[in-house]
Amino acid sequence: MKDRLYTWLSGMMLGLSLIMIASLLGFILYMGLGAFWPRPLWQVEDGTGKVYLGVVQGREYMRDVGRGTWDVGSGFTRTFYRIADREFYGTDFVWLNDHEVIRRTKPKDAVVVERLEWGPFFGFIRGIETPEAKISDENRLLPQLHEEMRAARARAKKIRHIERHVIGKLNDAMERERLALRRNELRYGLGAQGMERVRAAHEEAMRRLEERYGKIAEELTVLRSQDEAYRVTLATVEGFKKELPISSIVRVHAPNSLSWFGRLGVYASRLKEFIFDEPREANSEGGVAPAIFGTVLMTLMMAVAVVPFGVLTALYLNEYAHKGPLVSAVRIAVNNLAGVPSIVFGVFGLGFFCYLVGGTLDRLLFAERLPTPTFGGGGILWASFTLALLTVPVVIVATEEALVAVPRSYREASLACGATRFQTIWRVVLPSALPGILTGMILAMARGAGEVAPLMITGVVKLAPELPFDLNFPFFHLERRFMHLGFHIYDVGFQSPNVEASKPMVFMTALLLVGIVLMLNWAAIVIRARLRTRFQGAQI
Amino acid sequence: MEEAVRAQEAAMEIQDLNVWYGTAHAISNVTMPFREHQVTALIGPSGCGKSTLIRCLNRLNDLIDGARIEGRMCLYGQDLYDPNLDVSALRKRVGMVFQKPNPFPKSVYENVAYGLRVNGERSRRVIDEVVERSLKQAALWDEVRDRLHKNALGLSGGQQQRLCIARTLAVGPEVLLLDEPCSALDPIATGKIEELLYTLKARYTIVIVTHNMQQAARVSDVAGFLLMGELVEFDQTETMFTNPTDKRTEAYITGRFG
Ligand SMILES: Nc1ncnc2c1ncn2[C@@H]1O[C@H](COP(=O)(O)OP(=O)(O)OP(=O)(O)O)[C@@H](O)[C@H]1O
Ligand SMILES: [Mg+2]
Repeated sequence: MKDRLYTWLSGMMLGLSLIMIASLLGFILYMGLGAFWPRPLWQVEDGTGKVYLGVVQGREYMRDVGRGTWDVGSGFTRTFYRIADREFYGTDFVWLNDHEVIRRTKPKDAVVVERLEWGPFFGFIRGIETPEAKISDENRLLPQLHEEMRAARARAKKIRHIERHVIGKLNDAMERERLALRRNELRYGLGAQGMERVRAAHEEAMRRLEERYGKIAEELTVLRSQDEAYRVTLATVEGFKKELPISSIVRVHAPNSLSWFGRLGVYASRLKEFIFDEPREANSEGGVAPAIFGTVLMTLMMAVAVVPFGVLTALYLNEYAHKGPLVSAVRIAVNNLAGVPSIVFGVFGLGFFCYLVGGTLDRLLFAERLPTPTFGGGGILWASFTLALLTVPVVIVATEEALVAVPRSYREASLACGATRFQTIWRVVLPSALPGILTGMILAMARGAGEVAPLMITGVVKLAPELPFDLNFPFFHLERRFMHLGFHIYDVGFQSPNVEASKPMVFMTALLLVGIVLMLNWAAIVIRARLRTRFQGAQI
Repeated sequence: MEEAVRAQEAAMEIQDLNVWYGTAHAISNVTMPFREHQVTALIGPSGCGKSTLIRCLNRLNDLIDGARIEGRMCLYGQDLYDPNLDVSALRKRVGMVFQKPNPFPKSVYENVAYGLRVNGERSRRVIDEVVERSLKQAALWDEVRDRLHKNALGLSGGQQQRLCIARTLAVGPEVLLLDEPCSALDPIATGKIEELLYTLKARYTIVIVTHNMQQAARVSDVAGFLLMGELVEFDQTETMFTNPTDKRTEAYITGRFG
């Protein structure tokens, strides 16, 4: 009787946890996946003659407080519209009381224009102007704009290539020159013999680089002014005109006349931008590619750092150390380490890795760059190490459990064959414990990928100008600061000037983070399954 | 009869062996030789210290926290507890098969090759040769020749035990310690292993622990009877089983206690 009660109780608890997890995931999925779906644009007129063009964001029931009754019938509903056009309205959103609205239509030619600045624009296309032609035929405007955008994208790509790569390379070369001079100065002293010649050579090299820079800048100005000549004129629903270069438009569509497939196309295009592009507009729009890259790279680096560290510690504790009060104390300390608030690890990481280790490295290897820190500040390497430290107890505990679970008879058999202790560990104990060790790694990765607090002081930034990987030697720049999805959620959701507008980003980013953690874990689980069949035999 | 026992040279010898687990005295003052090319059987009731005794012979008791060993033991005159002794080299000379089959979770081939691999043997040809020879010696070759690269845990219990014997033989030991090798086996597998002991005797010195009196009588040349950590009687097997000196031995052998 009692037995059955306990079975029920534990079953219910399991069910409860499952329901909570499922509803959390479901909520994020619903909010995130729906965010990019193009929704209709409503043209709304209220009694005062004001007209709005917006997307419905929500609706709520207001109780009529004035009359002080609790009757359901005595209130009214109001609707929350996103009206965009920030430069004209100053705000992105309005609440409109439904009973004051006198007309609500869905104009076929209303467009949503996503642009590089000022957020989206809801309105109408009035005209297109290119050096070759002026178009104002209403039916041709949207297709023509799409066509012009393709051409504009090619121009923008060229400009961006010059800005990024050509100028980037030049800057890199100048920096190298400056550092080379500084290195020589540090090594031989400012007034050393021959320093004059070195300095003259440096100046000559710099002058040549500056010259090239000037030429490229000129070229850029020309390209930009050419690009500026392709313009589109937009108008808000109230008739305010807005003219902007076509290349500053990211995407344009008329949601009210889109077919289902058309909507799907817009959705796919937004999703693609989200995953593969860089953020725009203080992170509230555009993509999160750098944050994805930073999260994955950091998690992998952390896993690579934490496993050997944790496994060696566990091996020592379990295989070599003589059991006694000291080992027990160490074990307790390790377990308690898991309970230290993660921000404390962050502070430790900042003090130890960034300032002490990084600072020393800077003095020894990168003296010419000082006082600008190289490794002496936050960076992805130190952030990974800090997280490795944070998650090492997980790996130690999991590994110890795995080691204890290796049957004693395996060790005895190995030793009886004349294997040394190390050979026994390496050839018999570790392979048998490997799945358990990988479980520890999986847990550590799951814990580490979602951790934000310690990263905020060891290297995460809201917008990293450069990835920790690029095509400039030595390709991996592990000293660089980086972006992280977890921090991105915090930043976009709570630090951005326009929190309401960036809500979809928050949910999508959360979804993505969960997805990435899931994928990393899944990969590790697949590897573990492979190893398990390889080392332990499937057919038992 | 002592004369007869001493006729051959002792491969291993223990003198005044005492073993404690913490405060429990597991072996007290045991002195006995293990003669070359003979099968020595150790019999006695459960918990009398048989396993403890043979585990001293390859120093496996070193692994047990709290075990304390006193006395003199040698392998061909060399002190086993000489601090300069290379323990793993010793264990290569004194192989051991355990009470329960304990193959590694590797392939049949890798199990047998294990001793060679830890010895640094790299030649594929040599390893192939030794694996085949050892498996043949252990009377297992015909049963596993076409599943050499399958996991050893898929073998039956009796096959696993013979695999463990092959694994031990592949190392090339001089002394073979067998701790109740047949306790988990059916009569047919037991018979195979007993046959095996006959053939191995010519090359190895064998110490076998067994609970089976018939087995002891069948396979061993000399036998020792242990009781509560003491060696009560040690003699030619034939003598011990037909005409035991000690009352307790007689009682145990005839099945009146233990
Ligand atoms: N690791 C250990 N720690 C403490 N005591 C032990 C340990 N191993 C054995 N003993 C004790 O030492 C005594 C001898 O044990 P041993 O295993 O040698 O007996 P055995 O003769 O092999 O018995 P069996 O026939 O059941 O295998 C027993 O009383 C046992 O409880
Ligand atoms: Mg035993």
